[in-house]
Amino acid sequence: MLDIRRLIQIGATVLSNAWLLFPFTKTIYQGKLKSICVPGLNCYSCPAAVGSCPLGALQTFFANLRPTLANGSYHFGLYVIGVLGLIGTLVGRMPCAWVCPFGFLQELIHKIPSPKLEVPGVLTWGKYVALALLVVLLPLLVVDMLGYGENWFCKYLCPAGTLEAGLPLIYLQPQLRGVLGWVFAFKVVILTAFLLAMVFTRRPFCRTLCPLGAIYSLFNKVSLFRMVHHPDNCVLCKECYRNCPMGVKFYQGANQKDCIRCLRCMRFSCKFGAISYEVAGNAPEDKKQPAKEY
Amino acid sequence: MVKTSYRITYILLLLFLILLVTGINTGEVEAVLEKGISICLSCIGIE
Repeated sequence: MLDIRRLIQIGATVLSNAWLLFPFTKTIYQGKLKSICVPGLNCYSCPAAVGSCPLGALQTFFANLRPTLANGSYHFGLYVIGVLGLIGTLVGRMPCAWVCPFGFLQELIHKIPSPKLEVPGVLTWGKYVALALLVVLLPLLVVDMLGYGENWFCKYLCPAGTLEAGLPLIYLQPQLRGVLGWVFAFKVVILTAFLLAMVFTRRPFCRTLCPLGAIYSLFNKVSLFRMVHHPDNCVLCKECYRNCPMGVKFYQGANQKDCIRCLRCMRFSCKFGAISYEVAGNAPEDKKQPAKEY
Repeated sequence: MVKTSYRITYILLLLFLILLVTGINTGEVEAVLEKGISICLSCIGIE
């Protein structure tokens, strides 16, 4: 039987991509739901997408900031920043585990039998570099003569965009094949590299380059929902680490930057009552019981 | 167990709620919609 988290991941992926008429319309969904930012990484140029990707929307605000200010519109991206900030402050990085379609894909591909490798710790800081450079600074600072910048992360890096939007659109609209260039080829190489990496390592994109995960991770230590480590109960068996989809060493402390609150460690790994959670400082009733004796 | 403080959490919730409402009131929802309903070819590496 499917785990509740898996069911929610499937539901979120279907809901985020519920425009099933795209094979007939040959284009993307253009309804009003597109004004809503989804909490996970899901390209809004995907033909089936019914919501907007918050990262794409944020970059667009930054890239268009100068012309919109010149036109008297004060669009700083506060709507998107507010949505991301509220989600992060409520649950931290939890959306990565429960509702992100690209995170879900990575977990599925990682089930392919193969030797499993670990991502070097230093690479996990790459997502903050991607956030600062590709999502904020370059779209704001590198502009053309009219003052327009580019969506650097979407254009040059995002493998979710290539998979969900670039490739399907080329299939649906054959005339686009004539305008493909080196940028698209580069992005296909990146997508292929990550698809391969997903087989061998746990959630490689989330851990190394996802700016959305980087944003949410900033809230892990201050969010309303927090994980709790009980060191007195921890026997350092490291089962939490072995079963963690992000390779987090929970026994070294709760609410680390890569913890996505999937709760797998608490529900399936730890038999010693060393892991629990709290909401606004209150533990749920069933987590207040004393640790099991072993 | 050390008692954790949630004061900063509530301040952040209020701050981001204010940002969200400000963004909505300045027409940013419509701007997101306008961008979202057109295919951004350059955004996905085509063109």
